[in-house]
Amino acid sequence: MIGTAAGIFSGLFGVGGGSVIVPLLILWFAYREREATGTSLLVIVIIGALAAAMQGLHGNVDPLEGLLIAIPAVGGALAGTELQQRVPEPVISLLFAVLLVAVAAELAIP
Amino acid sequence: MEYVAAALLGFAGGAVGGMLGVGGGILFVPALVIFLSESQIRAEATSLLAIVPVAIAGAWRQNSYGNVRVRDGLLVGALAAPGAVIGVQLANALSQRALELLFAALLVVVAAQFVRRGLRPPRDPARERP
Repeated sequence: MIGTAAGIFSGLFGVGGGSVIVPLLILWFAYREREATGTSLLVIVIIGALAAAMQGLHGNVDPLEGLLIAIPAVGGALAGTELQQRVPEPVISLLFAVLLVAVAAELAIP
Repeated sequence: MEYVAAALLGFAGGAVGGMLGVGGGILFVPALVIFLSESQIRAEATSLLAIVPVAIAGAWRQNSYGNVRVRDGLLVGALAAPGAVIGVQLANALSQRALELLFAALLVVVAAQFVRRGLRPPRDPARERP
């Protein structure tokens, strides 16, 4: 169930699906938060690779752009994990929420 | 120039993701649409590809901390496969406008999650569940 729902979500929106997988692993399988996050990453590798291959068959993938984003993103993720120890999380969470709403408006308003 | 922009966005997306524990996709997709003028469907497809190396690096790191239950992960991943196929077909069947609006709705839902998280009173580590 979790897997299939996460797969549809991921394929439809082009995102990893962690925001679906993590809470479900915690709620239904009594995972602790760290284990849920860690395990969800493995699931995302599988879903992402498969969904990207499917989109490739539809001719929608730009591999060069994908790698140009992915490689610096790995570095960014490592830097972010370090920074996390020093910046208060509520502040980042609220700023991130504002950013997401602004982006949503930008996408929704033609 | 636009490749420099893509690389910067990737780094920023990864950094925010690392801080908040979200994958990059929620940021990669709009970044590709807004800054690199990709269509929604192409942005989603390219984002899926970009997520894979980021998730591999993350899973690798988490596994070294003993936070990955490999068997469960492989099982859920295998069960997710048909869902991913359905999702991709659905994304390709919907109109671009519908897909954009759905994605905007997703952003608002995730934003609401983060507002809740940001307003939550700070936890007392001593009282945290074991």
